[in-house]
Order: sequence, then C-alpha cells, then structure tokens
Amino acid sequence: MTTLRVVWTGLVVHFKITSRSPFAIGVGATWPIVNATLAYFMYRAGGTPQTLLYASLGSAVAGIFSMIAIDASGAIQRQRFWGTLELLIAAPVRFALVLLPMTIAVASVGIYCLATTLVWGRLVYGIPLPLEHPLAFVLAVPATLISVGVLGFALCMVLVRFRWAGQIGNSLEYPVWIVSGLLFPIAVLPAWSHPISWALATTWGMQALLHGALGGPVWRDLGMCALLSLVYGVIGFSIVDRFLDAARRSASLSLT
Amino acid sequence: MIEAIDLRRTYHTTTGVIRRKRLDVEAVRGVSFAVERGELFGLLGPNGAGKTTTIKMLITLLLPTSGKARVLDRDVVDDAREVRKRIGYVFGGDRGLYERLSAHDNLRYFAELYGVSGAAQRKRIDEVVELVGLKGREKERVEGYSRGMRQRLHIARGILHDPEVVFLDEPTIGVDPVGARDLRQTIADLVAVGKTVLLTTHYMFEADALCDRIAVIAKGQIVGEGTPEELKGRVEGGRVTEIEVFGVDEPTVGRLREIVGVTAVSVEEREQRQVLVVQTSGEREVTAPLLAQLDGFEVGRVASREPTLEDAYVALVTE
Repeated sequence: MTTLRVVWTGLVVHFKITSRSPFAIGVGATWPIVNATLAYFMYRAGGTPQTLLYASLGSAVAGIFSMIAIDASGAIQRQRFWGTLELLIAAPVRFALVLLPMTIAVASVGIYCLATTLVWGRLVYGIPLPLEHPLAFVLAVPATLISVGVLGFALCMVLVRFRWAGQIGNSLEYPVWIVSGLLFPIAVLPAWSHPISWALATTWGMQALLHGALGGPVWRDLGMCALLSLVYGVIGFSIVDRFLDAARRSASLSLT
Repeated sequence: MIEAIDLRRTYHTTTGVIRRKRLDVEAVRGVSFAVERGELFGLLGPNGAGKTTTIKMLITLLLPTSGKARVLDRDVVDDAREVRKRIGYVFGGDRGLYERLSAHDNLRYFAELYGVSGAAQRKRIDEVVELVGLKGREKERVEGYSRGMRQRLHIARGILHDPEVVFLDEPTIGVDPVGARDLRQTIADLVAVGKTVLLTTHYMFEADALCDRIAVIAKGQIVGEGTPEELKGRVEGGRVTEIEVFGVDEPTVGRLREIVGVTAVSVEEREQRQVLVVQTSGEREVTAPLLAQLDGFEVGRVASREPTLEDAYVALVTE
C-alpha cells in the first residue's frame, strides 16, 4: 500500500513538473506534427489509407520514445541541476520507486504526441482512424506509455551512475525509431536485427496500436508490452542498489 | 548521537585528453568528532575545507574512503536506510526544490518519500509550514519565492518526518541579514524542541551565536574543537593589530609572519587597499617591526584591538 502510494504520488508530482515544462510540451506537441507531415508526404505516393495510418501512428510512438530518450534521460540531469537528485537518494524509500514514476510520468506526456499526431493527420491530411478493436486500442495507449516508461527507467539507472551518460539518450533516438519499425516495417530490416526489435517495447507498442486500429494479433502485442515492462523493471530494480553504491563511491550524484 | 572516527575521503579525477593522468584529491583527512544528544554542533571552516564532504558521508550520500561514522548508533555505510529514516538534511542555496510546484506539493512529495503516513501528512505539513513562517504562502509556486523563503522551505522539508538529528549545510548562505536572522531563530527553535543539530557554516558570528560546541576544519582536518569560549580562549592574552596598506605582496606578508611574537597574519582585500590582520601573542610589542617590514609600501590606519572568535578561527585555519 505504501509502495503504491509512493509510486502514485511520484507519478502525479513528476507529471505536474513535466507538463508545466514549456520545452517538454513544445517537443511533445510539435515534433509529431513535423514527423507526421514528413511521413505523409513520403508515403502518400504509395498511398493506401493503411499506409498513411501506419506513418501517423509511427510518428506518435516515435514522439513518445523521443520524450523518453531526451526528456527522461534529461530528467536525471535536471534533478542533478536542481539539486534534488541527492535529496531523492537521501530519502529512505528505495530509489527505484522514486525513479520509476519519474520516467513513466515523462512517457505519459507522450499522450500529447499521440493525440496531436492523430488529430493533425485526421484534420489536415484526412487520415482515417478505423478502430477494429476499440478496447484493445484504448488499452494499447497506456501499455505503450508504461512499457516505454519502464524502458526509460532501466536506461536512467546508467545516468545516475555516469554523469556523462546524458548524451546517450539523444543518440539512441533514430536507431530505436528504425529498429522498432516506427518509420517502416521491421520486415524490411535484415534478419539479424529482428531480435533487437523484439526486445524493444516501442516495437510492440507500435504493433499494438496498429493492430488495435486495423485489426491483427493485438492481444499478443499487449502481452509483449506487459512482459517487457516486467523484464525492464526486474533489470532496473536489480541494478539500482549496485549503481547507487557505485555513484556514492565515485561521488557522481551531485554536480560538484 | 553522531560519531565520526578517523573519517577520510579521497576524490579521484583525471586531467589531459590523450595522455590522461589520474589525480587523487584528499578532501577529508582523518576527521574525528562526537556530537551528543540535543547538542548544536558546528563544523566551521573556509570553502573547500571538507565540511560538505564530511556531512555527505554522515548522511550516507558519499561512501568514506576509510574510517567509520555512526549516526544514532547505526553505521552510515552498512545501515544507510535506517540512518536515512532518522535524519533530516538541509542545504543552503537556491537548489533542491521543485520550482514548478507549490511549497505544499514539494512537502507532500517528500512526506511520502520519508514515510509520513497519509493521515498524518496534512497535520505535519501544517505544523512545519507554521514553524518556518510560510503559513499562507504554501500554495504558491516555489519559482516566485525569495531566497529566504526557499531556505525556510528547505528546513521545513528537512524536518517533515520529525527526525532526531538534523544536518544543516550552510543554511544561511546567500540569505539577506534579516532573513538569516530569522533562519538562525528557526535553527535555535529546532534545538529547543530537542533535535540534535550538526551545522556547517563559514560565518563566525553564526557559529558563535548558535553552537554549543564547534570543530574548526581546514584542509580536511579538524584543527580545533571546543565551545566558542574555549576557542576564543586560545587567543586570549593576545592582541590583534590591523594595518591598512596599499599594494602589499605575498613575500612581504610572508616576512611579517616570521616576526617573533606574530602568531598569524591574514589579508583582507578592500577595494584598492588591503587590511593586514596581524595576531600576536601579546608578550612583546611588534608594531615597530611590522611597520619596518612594510617600509616602501603606503601605510594607512594602524589600530590595535582584543581578539574575537573570528581571530581564533583565522589563527586555526592559517596555522
């Protein structure tokens, strides 16, 4: 009960902080529009409505991952700059329970990305949103946000330990977009890259949204989102204490 | 309540780009002291003396390179989580708060992290807000707060979970004189309600006014310890001569230090001039030899006075 309350309060607090950030809102609202526009003009030549919807949803999930890759990795750096990272670590609650809601809250701002992209696509380019499995599509939204958020949680542990790791987030952005099939289907990628795709929540989140809209094995996709959330969570929780001890040994928690 | 035994901390850093060279910096070099229950203990020292490093080891944020530290009979390395439950940590400056949130939201979040039960949170937040004088302003966003208000909010956050021991790391730094006076009163109130407080500061009058005992730390080592009166007593019987001078150089200051009867010399820069604060044992008259060494420099006002705690401190950190 206490654990749930800590996580819930953390979610509310960090969602408030992130949603009051002009930068986060700016990124969340404008990037998907740019991406959706680019995708529309790239795909309209081959132009079935399904292809356009693929491009539209791909842009939305890319936006959600960008929030995580840039903003969640930035979240740890921001806590350092704000001087709150040490205070969070000095609290008696397990640090994983502090970090997890922080990254999920950042990913949740990705709702803006999803909504912006779909509304923009519908209103400006007339891209339809057929909902073959309305319930599954609705469930796919939090499943994608949470699984990508937990992926961000595992990544953030590296940032707590290594101050220089802030740049990692930015460099991951495009490779993950490509390997997750957000720009084009992963079937066109070489076979050796498929296991990497399958290990990423972005792949299954994208598939869940797409299959929820157009029909397909959506429950398998949702199950994979849940499974990967669990795996990322276990990895994050298992390394958190070791990384924190290393950070306390190397004095990398503060800026100075 | 707090015990540090031969505490040491070395930082590792590197220089160079191609041929990287590892450097070891000893920030704390064998610090030992003990703080009793209900005591307000001051750790006094100049910037870079090792105060913050010492406090960070005590509050479990840094692992000591060697030595032992215990807080409330719990080891800060082996029993970190139990130590964290029972201590509060407050540091000075603008950072350490969520500016986009209200003070109430900041406090609510940290109340949760420190295990204050849901039922007790509202009452406890009201109490601490009242104690630090932020009543009526707690719903405003922190970004609109003055430095003094932020510092009071820091203290409120640090004592939310009613810790037995409170660590205050330069809590009045950068706060205006009136705000600093209010904060000192708040700190005194903490001790009045039974808290044990470890305060680091480089303000002499603050340490003098608040602390039951003081340890002076310089270059990572404790160079003096005692009550403010005991420390002042170390320079009792001595005299302090202040000499206003223009353009004095370091070699000359070095020669002043070598004059028999001179115990310490410090230089205060005041716009174009400098004031040499010369401490002497008081057993012999040194004004004439001092002025002789300053021959060739433009000398202004020369005055003599009784030593203060600040002089005791200067003597300790320049030994």
